[in-house]
Amino acid sequence: MLQLVNLISAWAIPAVVVLIPLYAAYRKVPVYESFVDGAKDGFDTAVKIIPHLVGMMAAISLFRGSGALDALVGLVRPLAEKLGVPGEVLPLALLRPLTGAGSLAYTADLMGRYGPDSLIGRIASTIQGSTDTTLYVLVVYFGAVGIRRTKYALKVGLFSDAVGFAAAVAICLIVFG
Amino acid sequence: MVNWIWLFLIGAGYGYAAWNGTVEEATRALFDGAKSGVTVCFGLISVLVFWLGLMRVAEQAGLLEKLAKAISPLVRALFPDVPKDHPAMGYILSNMSANILGLGNAATPMGIKAMQELQKLNPDKETASPAMCTLLAINTSSITLIPTTVIAVRMNYHSASPTEIVGTTLLATAVATAAAIALDRWFRGRDLRRRMRRVRSGKEKDRAAAG
Repeated sequence: MLQLVNLISAWAIPAVVVLIPLYAAYRKVPVYESFVDGAKDGFDTAVKIIPHLVGMMAAISLFRGSGALDALVGLVRPLAEKLGVPGEVLPLALLRPLTGAGSLAYTADLMGRYGPDSLIGRIASTIQGSTDTTLYVLVVYFGAVGIRRTKYALKVGLFSDAVGFAAAVAICLIVFG
Repeated sequence: MVNWIWLFLIGAGYGYAAWNGTVEEATRALFDGAKSGVTVCFGLISVLVFWLGLMRVAEQAGLLEKLAKAISPLVRALFPDVPKDHPAMGYILSNMSANILGLGNAATPMGIKAMQELQKLNPDKETASPAMCTLLAINTSSITLIPTTVIAVRMNYHSASPTEIVGTTLLATAVATAAAIALDRWFRGRDLRRRMRRVRSGKEKDRAAAG
């Protein structure tokens, strides 16, 4: 099953990249011109995202670099350990929604220290894989179309991150604990 | 809420730095972060340009409409306010498939394209529509069959079984996605009820004024 999924993942992009132009050519679309025409939008879209991403990533980096994030983790740590959550994985709960690269680096660091097959390593892996970087997704998707009022979208994203974190810890404790 | 989070990150960051004596490190981190924001955007340019180009080919060949027509009832139920054959549906499905297959660099351009199509249907261009919020909810909790990046990191650290976390990840992601969709539904319903109430009380006022 796993191999099958891996195989599909590996072949999905080649299949799409070949089949779309082939079918389009059959439908008499000038494939290359049409490609270039659509691709033009890509640059504008990326440029539109820059201010959003710069503003957000600067603030997040400041929050981490000042040591405020570690201090916040220190505050909630005793409470979490009482609930059976290993204190080492707690920073991930705060990092994961804020920064994808930061939480991946932290996950790798935990694996280096405790080993990938330790309970901590497994919990960290599960957390890392099970949600996306909410703030990044919000900033990029809404920034690209110029949405300013995000309504309840961020609340939904952060709530599901919290649920995902709790679920990841609970499931790992049951399966590997 | 984004405004408050941003303000909190900056205020608490510098506040703590002042108390902790790490103001210089904090300032360095601030501009490092700004720089990586630009780097990430530059990294996005190539994938955005390529996928948006390919998607234009698919669009002109009529593939997206076909995809939208063939779309599963489940996806349609998630986006009740998007017309059945609208290209947005095709992009939403492409975005979800790319997420499920773990094709991150294809998923983002498709998601952005879907947002742009949803924006065309949006009456208020500065406020997110319910459909946009749902699309975002699905993407922030990202259902992925194979967490390829994590598996690669586990291999790097010589795990005896790098893929043993696939099952737990899938289960956790399913729970998170279900929670996101449920809460999104609840907010959507709340907004609708509020609007109805406003319309109703408006009518009553009109009646009172007429009487």
